[in-house]
Amino acid sequence: MTSTVRSPSTPPPSTQKRTTKQRIAFATALLLVGLGLIVFLSLTQGSVPLTSGEIVNALLRRGNPIHETILWDLRLPRVLAALVVGAALGLSGALLQGMLRNGLASPFLLGISAGAGLVVVLVVGVGLLQIWVPLGAWLGAVLTTLMVYLLARRGTTISVERLVLGGVAFSSFFGAIQSLLLLMSPDGQIQAALNWLIGSLNGRGWNEVTVVGPGILLAAIAGCLMARQVNLLSLGDDLATGLGTSLVRSRCLIGAVATLLAASAVSIAGLIGFVGLIVPHGVRLLVGTDYRLVLPFSTLAGALVLSAADLVARVGPVELPVGVVTAVMGAPVFIGLLYRRRAGGA
Amino acid sequence: MPVEACQLAGGYGDRPIVEAVNLSIQTGEWLSLLGANGSGKSTLLRLLSRILKPQGGSVILDGQDIQTQSPTTIARKLALLPQQQTLPEGLTVYQLVSLGRSPHQPWWKWDLDEDGRRKVNEALEWTEISHYRDRPVTDLSGGERQRAFLALALAQDPKILLLDEPTTFLDLHYQLQLLELLHRLNRQQKLSIVTVLHDINLAVRYSDRLALMRQGRLWGVGTPNEMLTPETIGAVFEIETQILNTPVGPQICPLSAIAPADNGQAKV
Repeated sequence: MTSTVRSPSTPPPSTQKRTTKQRIAFATALLLVGLGLIVFLSLTQGSVPLTSGEIVNALLRRGNPIHETILWDLRLPRVLAALVVGAALGLSGALLQGMLRNGLASPFLLGISAGAGLVVVLVVGVGLLQIWVPLGAWLGAVLTTLMVYLLARRGTTISVERLVLGGVAFSSFFGAIQSLLLLMSPDGQIQAALNWLIGSLNGRGWNEVTVVGPGILLAAIAGCLMARQVNLLSLGDDLATGLGTSLVRSRCLIGAVATLLAASAVSIAGLIGFVGLIVPHGVRLLVGTDYRLVLPFSTLAGALVLSAADLVARVGPVELPVGVVTAVMGAPVFIGLLYRRRAGGA
Repeated sequence: MPVEACQLAGGYGDRPIVEAVNLSIQTGEWLSLLGANGSGKSTLLRLLSRILKPQGGSVILDGQDIQTQSPTTIARKLALLPQQQTLPEGLTVYQLVSLGRSPHQPWWKWDLDEDGRRKVNEALEWTEISHYRDRPVTDLSGGERQRAFLALALAQDPKILLLDEPTTFLDLHYQLQLLELLHRLNRQQKLSIVTVLHDINLAVRYSDRLALMRQGRLWGVGTPNEMLTPETIGAVFEIETQILNTPVGPQICPLSAIAPADNGQAKV
C-alpha cells in the first residue's frame, strides 16, 4: 500500500467544522432577525401607521378600539397568512428540488398551478360563490398531481424524468383550456379569476389561517422529517436503493407532502410564483446542501420572503397583488443567485 | 454461504440479459465476475443486490429469498457500489459517509447515535480519508471520491460488498490502492467481496475465485489458476493470449482478437 496522497491545501478539520456551525448560526440569526423585523413592520406600517406602544396596547386589547380592529382583524391575520403560505411554498419547493434533483423545480412543476388555475376559472365561470374557490383550487391541484404521478408510474418504478415531463404536459394542456375559458368569459369574471391567478393576500383573515394553517403545520413537520430520504435520493437511484430506500415510496411520500403544502398555499393566496423556486437556492447558499438543514431553513426563509414581499405590496401608494411583487423581485434575484453560484462555485 | 443465485434470470424490459445462473458466494471470499462487454456481469451484480427484480429464479441471502425481505434488512447485510456515482453537490465527505448508516436508523431519526458515529469514523479511517471529512465531496480527486463512496458502503456495515467496476475511472496508482484496501478488508474483516472487473490481470491477482460470463450465462467458475488457461480466456473474451509467470503470479498477455464463434467455444 502506498502512502495516502495528502494535499497540502487540506485545512485542519476543526476549522471547517466550525465554519459549518457558524454558517448555521449565521443563517438562524439572519432569518430570525429578519422575520422579527418584517413582522414588526407589517404590524406597524400601513394606511394607519401604529407605534410600537400602540401595538402593545392593541395586542393586550386595552387601547384604541380602532387600533385593536386594525391589528387583530386586518394586519395580524394577514401577516400570519403570509408567513404560513410562504413557509409552505419554501418547503414545498425545497422538497421537490431535492427529490427531482433539479434546481428548476418549483412547487408548481408537477401541475399544481395548472390544475388549481383551471378549476378556479371553472368555478368562477359557472358563477359559483367565491367561497368555493379555495376548496376548488386545492382539489384541482391535488388531482392534477395525482394524474401526473399515475402517468409517471411505469411498472414498479417512478422515474424523475417522467414526473417532470408529465408535469409539463399537464401544465400546458390545462393552461390552454384555462386561457380559452378566460377568453370566452365576460369581463367581470376575468377580473375575479385574474386576481386569484396572480396571487394575492389582500383581505385574507382568520378564516383562511385557522382552516388551512394547522394542515400546513402538520405537513411542514412531516416534510422536515423526510430530510434524510431526500439526502438519500440525491445519491442516485442505484445507490439509494442499495441503502434500503424504496424509490417509489419515497417519491410518493415526498411528492404528496410537497403537493399538500403547495395546494394549501394556493388555496389561501392563489398562484404566487418564484418563492418556491428561489428560496431553496438562497438557503443552499447559506447552509449547504444537507437537506436536514435545507428543509427547515427553506420553511423559515419562505415565510420571511413572502411576508416581506407582502409588506412591499401593501405599503406602496397603490396596493399590488403580492404575486406581482414576488415575480418582479424574484427574477432578478434568481439571476443574481445563478451568477454568484457560478462565480463562487458553491 | 451468504449469497446464492438459483437459476437466476433477469434484464431490462422483456429481454433477459442474464439467464440460468447458479452461483454461490462463500463467506469471506473475493469473487470477480469477468466477461466481455454485454456478457451480463453488471446485470448479474444488480440482480444480486435487488436493484433489478429477477425475471426467473431467485437470489438467496442468509437462507431467504431477497424478494421476501425488506429493503432495509437487505441493506444491513449487503452493500453495492455502482459503477458511476451521482455526486451530491455540496455534501461533505462525513455527511456522505453518514448516509451509509441509513438502513440502521429509523427513517425519522435525523442524527447518528454513538454506535453510528463510531462506524462512520471507522469507515473513514479504513479508507484513509479521515482528514477530508469536512471537505465537499465534489472537491476530491477521482481516487479520493471512490474511497469516499467505499467508506459509505463500509459504514453500512455489510457482510457482502458488491462493486461494479470500482477501478474504471482511476489511474493505475489509485486502482492498486483501492484493490489493496479491499484486499485488507476482505482478509481482516472477513468481508465477502464480489467485483465486476474489466482488467483480467487485476482480477487474477486479488480474487479467490473468478466467475466467467459469456452471452448472459455463466461459462465457468474456479480459482484464478484453474481459469487462467489460453483456452478458457480465449473462449470467453475471444482473444488469443499467452499466460506469463510474473512476480505477482500468473498474468495474461493478450496477443490478438479472434473472430467469434457461434457455439460459444471460440477457436484458438
